Amino acid sequence: MSSAETMSIFSPALSARFDALVLKYPVKRSALIPMMLYAQDEVGYLSDAVIEEIAQRLDLTMLDVRNVASYYSMLRFKPVGKYNVQVCTNISCMLRGAYDIFEHLEEKLGIGHKGITADGVFSLEEVECIGVCCWAPAIQVNYDFHDDLTNDKVDEVIAAYRAKAGRADAKGESANA
Amino acid sequence: MPDVTFTVDGKKLTAPAGTLLIEACRKAGIEIPAFCYYPGLSLQAACRMCVVRQEKVPKLQTACTTTVAEGQVFTTESPEITQARKATIELLLGNHPLDCPVCDAGGECELQDMTFRYGAGESLYTEAKNHREEQKWSPAVYFDRPRCILCYRCVRMCGEGMDVWALGIANRGSSAIIAPNGGDHLDCEQCGMCIDACPVGALTSDTYRYKTRPWEMNHVSTVCTHCGDGCKVTLGVRQVDDGAEIVRGDNRDKSGINGDFLCAKGRFGFDFVDSKDRLTKPLVRNAAGTLEPVTWEHAIRVVSNKLKEIRDSKTENGGGSSIGVIGSNTGTNEENYLLQKFARTVLGTNNIDHIRTTDYAAFVRAMAGHEHRAASLRDTETAKAILLIGGNPTEEHPLLAWNIRTNFRHNTARLYIATDSPIKLERQARQTLSLPVEGYESLTAFLSGDDSALGEIENAKTFREAVNAEESLLVIFGQEFRGAAIESLVKWGLAKENVKFAYLGDYANSRGAADMGLSPDLLPGYIPVTTPGAFAEEYPNLSTQPGMTAPEMLDAGCRGELAALYIVGSDPVTAYGTDPAALKRAFVVVQDIFLTGTAALADVVLPAASLYEKAGTVTNTFGDIQLVKKAADKAGVKPDFEILVRIAGGMGADVKKLVPFGRGSITVPAVTAPALSVDFVPTPRPIPSLRGIHGDLGQSRGAHSGEADRHAVWLAARGLELRLSPFDPLAALDEIERLVPSYKLDRLNLFAGNDVHSEPGFVPVASLTAPTAAELILPAHDGLFTSGVLGDHTKALVELNSYQESISQPVAEAAAD
Amino acid sequence: MPKLTSHPDEVKIISKRFGMGAANIDRYIELGGYEATRKCLAEGSEWIINEMKASGLRGRGGAGFPTGLKWSFVPKQSAKPKYVLVNGDESEPGTCKDHLIFLHDPHAIIEGTIIAGLAIGAKMGFIYLRGEYRYLIEIMEKAVADAYAKGFLGKNIFGTETEFQAVVQTGAGAYEVGEESALMESLEGKRGVPRIKPPFPAVVGLYGGPTVINNAETIASVPHIITMGGAAYAAVGSERNGGTRLFGISGHVERPGIYELPMGYNLKKMIYEVAGGVRGGRKLKAVVPGGSSTPVLLPEEIETLGMDFDQVGKAGSMLGSGGVVVIDDQTCIVEFALRTISFYQHESCGWCIPCREGTDWLKKSLTRFHAGFGTKKDIDNIQYLAENMMGRTFCPLGDAAAMPTLGFVKKFRKEFEDHLDGKPCPYAKHVEVALV
Ligand SMILES: Cc1cc2nc3c(=O)[nH]c(=O)nc-3n(C[C@H](O)[C@H](O)[C@H](O)COP(=O)(O)O)c2cc1C
Ligand code: SF4
Ligand code: FES
Repeated sequence: MSSAETMSIFSPALSARFDALVLKYPVKRSALIPMMLYAQDEVGYLSDAVIEEIAQRLDLTMLDVRNVASYYSMLRFKPVGKYNVQVCTNISCMLRGAYDIFEHLEEKLGIGHKGITADGVFSLEEVECIGVCCWAPAIQVNYDFHDDLTNDKVDEVIAAYRAKAGRADAKGESANA
Repeated sequence: MPDVTFTVDGKKLTAPAGTLLIEACRKAGIEIPAFCYYPGLSLQAACRMCVVRQEKVPKLQTACTTTVAEGQVFTTESPEITQARKATIELLLGNHPLDCPVCDAGGECELQDMTFRYGAGESLYTEAKNHREEQKWSPAVYFDRPRCILCYRCVRMCGEGMDVWALGIANRGSSAIIAPNGGDHLDCEQCGMCIDACPVGALTSDTYRYKTRPWEMNHVSTVCTHCGDGCKVTLGVRQVDDGAEIVRGDNRDKSGINGDFLCAKGRFGFDFVDSKDRLTKPLVRNAAGTLEPVTWEHAIRVVSNKLKEIRDSKTENGGGSSIGVIGSNTGTNEENYLLQKFARTVLGTNNIDHIRTTDYAAFVRAMAGHEHRAASLRDTETAKAILLIGGNPTEEHPLLAWNIRTNFRHNTARLYIATDSPIKLERQARQTLSLPVEGYESLTAFLSGDDSALGEIENAKTFREAVNAEESLLVIFGQEFRGAAIESLVKWGLAKENVKFAYLGDYANSRGAADMGLSPDLLPGYIPVTTPGAFAEEYPNLSTQPGMTAPEMLDAGCRGELAALYIVGSDPVTAYGTDPAALKRAFVVVQDIFLTGTAALADVVLPAASLYEKAGTVTNTFGDIQLVKKAADKAGVKPDFEILVRIAGGMGADVKKLVPFGRGSITVPAVTAPALSVDFVPTPRPIPSLRGIHGDLGQSRGAHSGEADRHAVWLAARGLELRLSPFDPLAALDEIERLVPSYKLDRLNLFAGNDVHSEPGFVPVASLTAPTAAELILPAHDGLFTSGVLGDHTKALVELNSYQESISQPVAEAAAD
Repeated sequence: MPKLTSHPDEVKIISKRFGMGAANIDRYIELGGYEATRKCLAEGSEWIINEMKASGLRGRGGAGFPTGLKWSFVPKQSAKPKYVLVNGDESEPGTCKDHLIFLHDPHAIIEGTIIAGLAIGAKMGFIYLRGEYRYLIEIMEKAVADAYAKGFLGKNIFGTETEFQAVVQTGAGAYEVGEESALMESLEGKRGVPRIKPPFPAVVGLYGGPTVINNAETIASVPHIITMGGAAYAAVGSERNGGTRLFGISGHVERPGIYELPMGYNLKKMIYEVAGGVRGGRKLKAVVPGGSSTPVLLPEEIETLGMDFDQVGKAGSMLGSGGVVVIDDQTCIVEFALRTISFYQHESCGWCIPCREGTDWLKKSLTRFHAGFGTKKDIDNIQYLAENMMGRTFCPLGDAAAMPTLGFVKKFRKEFEDHLDGKPCPYAKHVEVALV
């Protein structure tokens, strides 16, 4: 059994964030969902080790944590690209050409729904409504929104991220977190 | 809650306010269909089958969550409601595989029944079904997601009922799936309760999968042969060439003392019956010194001749007192009774004992003369406060643990636990006290007011205060207590009002063995041999000299002081660590179902029937007596009862004296039990001169005993005789009832398949002797998957045991990815 | 960054600080912020609830329940702590109004939360935002931290004896969590499955305590109502529908966006004047008036339709979340229906049979249908299925899937028939929906 303090796979910053988070609620378990999301932001996905650590910290079983995690569509059990491109194709976006955008991205990135580019920089996902209907069509790359898109604008967005990834590579950061 | 009156389908009904409509209706005979509702578990309102119309409410309401209040008006059947239910079934069937012909649940499937009832036979939709492969979750449990209707019964049964929480729900929407805690496997108590709870064939058991169809089995309700709780188990039995084989164990009708519950041993632990190691032929040691198969005739002749010879021998090493008899913890009461009677009246010896796992003699001595102080297992479901001292119910008394948990959940029962190491039930405890290993007697002293008895134990005083403040208390204690320790504990409790006791012991009929006088100094009903009372008259040649205890017999045998040892369903050589070579000089007869350590050195080995192959009664550790029915049948073996009668016959004993069959002269007490069937209204007067109420309990009828037993109830109620036979254990039951004070039984209830409680308070105080030596008690401490010799020969349990051990190893630290 | 749009017909109450830098607490105070809370601290619970009742404010989350009345259901005495819960899960397709409030006016949410707390006697409030709104969560968290720093939140708010704590919580992607009891489950760290009702949240809610749950826009309206007075606010709207609301117009219009208009504003005018009419001068085919779960309306049904809860209800649909989705004549209704139902299939929590199985079947049927493999009987089956989901599910998500489906099938049966017999879809090219 690993004690959370000695064997933590969270970074010190994440651990600290977690410790502060737990105190906010009348019941510790309320920290579960934010915690999973923040851990995913850091680790890239909910690995068994992440699940185990969260379970231990919140006095839950791993089954409990997995059951909750698998309910929420933003939480995942597998890695994605450094930039996860999420294309909303729900009604408002669909009416304004979301499927064209999606197909354009498929072609451009050479991957389909839930695919990851070979260099691990991009992954692509068709998602449900992301709450920017009035500025459709829109995509969300990680947590950043890009709205009122056309294929050309999409190209610019992708180019910007690719450049960013290149800079990160040069600095020696891992592309896959 | 006050009663309220409401209307359902035009009928006025009354129920306490707040009762769930579905329950109120069920009690009134109005069946509302339900998948997700399960009495006693939390509400889900997920399946939407129980929809009903409530007057003045716009939407259909779910009967499983609607509570009744004064003046409400409901409709539970109407075209609208039928349509709603039909549509729900149609939706389910849309994704449900229609593999009923091969599904284990076919014929016992609630979805099938509902489809039949609501006529959703036509398939509206032509879409491809969502498919998923079947998963094996453990050696016991399989899961077939496509058949699952997501009623969450298994999840709740495992979590709320078992407090194991090994099942959950993963994903959402139509991808939602029941998920086991190990990711792809189950790490749990393997009780199989999830399988019982499943209304369809999504959860199936390894033991039964694809073996047979429910309607091709006979379903025999009998008592589990494994632990001292005595759950009713329904064995599914199929005729085969060499008898009848058990293909399934479950809790089909839930009519037993165990209610909804059954553990892994009760459910899966029956394959010992078909074990390759089963003895099926009598064996006699030949001149070359090896055991050789012989006919029953021959074997019985060898045994009876030899025993007769020894008994009648006038030499120093002869006479009845040079024979020792050891009985069984898993035989029936009738067999044990007959065994001691045989020893005492035919062999003429008080050298009779059994391997004592629990000091029932001391318990009964303490309870003697105090009526209504011995708890039934049923009391554990309702007691407001329970003090558990020692023992580990979750591991060793799974039904008791279930009852305590249920009582806690439903009635917020207050549980106090004092043990020397932590136990799982502490999760339900209000207070716990950690005792030193040797601290049990001191606890009694402390409870009785000796402040210093426990030394410095934190919270001891608050624990005592809370316990003493309880207005009523059920004290349950474990085998840590023996002899004088029991006496002082019981004395402490008896001094208070409303305190009841239960003593936890091993094995299916250890209590019965003690009650039936398998004891060198105590006759049936704990009557001392020194003052035999009525037995003096009943038992010709009864010696009033106490005999040897089991270890004494073995020692004497080794020293050459015993000429013969007759051992029934017991393995004392292994239990007491006796050197087999040393026993060479004694003539040893062993009657058992396996070639145990003792059987291996015997001169004659007689293949016996197991508890699942015979009829009679057994008594659980709480003193609750239940009927055992014959389920399986094995060619070659005989029940101990029959073997004994034959040996006695062979020795020239008057069998009619030994088994008083056909002699019936007892008076059945006034019948006040509830009516058993619609065509029988009990008469509240004694039935005059009842002649022999002997029912054939299926002894000679293969597996169709269920039917015979129904007749037995009916016949018994009318004082009619069914059959006369010296092999009829019920004849012995008659005598037990007559001579054993604590066994004044309510026969109608017993024959109806219910448990009836014995009353140690009826044991006469004056007749009791000094305590037995505490060292004589050898607790077995069998856990969830072990069951003494039986367990070792039960493949399903051995497999579960090693499976659980292998996965409970602390998992190696998983790498970050 | 979402573009702000505006139109002369707008009555800016909730949106009056949009684009003015009010996310900064000092700027917010400069613009009159936190005065409403001070007033409420002085006036007390009963006064607040009366003002709220007088305002005629009805919940902006979808169901339109009168807010003042809802608050008055909370028991005065309670053994367990009471809570205020702000529903910012905003996930109904066609809806993005709360987005703008979080972005431009987070302190209005804090103020509204405190005032709701004062009204019901709660000491703690949770502001729950959908997980996708991470940048808005950061804005909200900063606003809360600033309010703490100023003493507007904490043990003694505004220097009084009154305590009020606020916590911002993130979701993680689940539409069903917008349902009030599922939201509570989620906030308690569980799967977002709704609870059995009764008991209702006002009696047994978050952590078992009495809880008021309101949509973010509802809550953001509160300080304005306090400032204007309930009666003045009510006067802006239509009968039994007080005030204004943020209408989000999306789809095939020239100027999609969020517009604050008085309750009862004519839908046709909203589309043709406020939003600049159907894009590219095309013809209007249909309008979804209040988020994807509301049944579709035909052009002839919107002529005189005032956008308030009662009038839209009378027209056979619902005002819902105020997300107006405009569909032009080049759109395939079958595809639109399929995309709508795919969403509900994806988002069904799976708890109850009619919704879990029903949405799955509807999606499968419509997929096949739109691919040209449908039969006439399928149309009847789709309708039968949807009818049998209505009113039978555990929570309203089942209805939310069935209602629009029924609308499409009934009002556009002809267009469904046009897809029969392997005929290619006359409009759309997108057949498969890849979501899992
Ligand atoms: C499936 C479903 C999803 C919902 N989603 C939301 C939502 O995203 N935001 C919201 O404010 N209300 C949503 N609601 C409505 C809430 O349940 C609740 O009625 C509302 O938050 C109450 O606030 P109000 O009275 O201010 O409208 C949803 C309801 C259902 C049934
Ligand atoms: S209607 Fe049923 S399955 Fe659907 S979201 Fe509600 S509870 Fe879940
Ligand atoms: S039994 Fe009521 S909904 Fe399932």
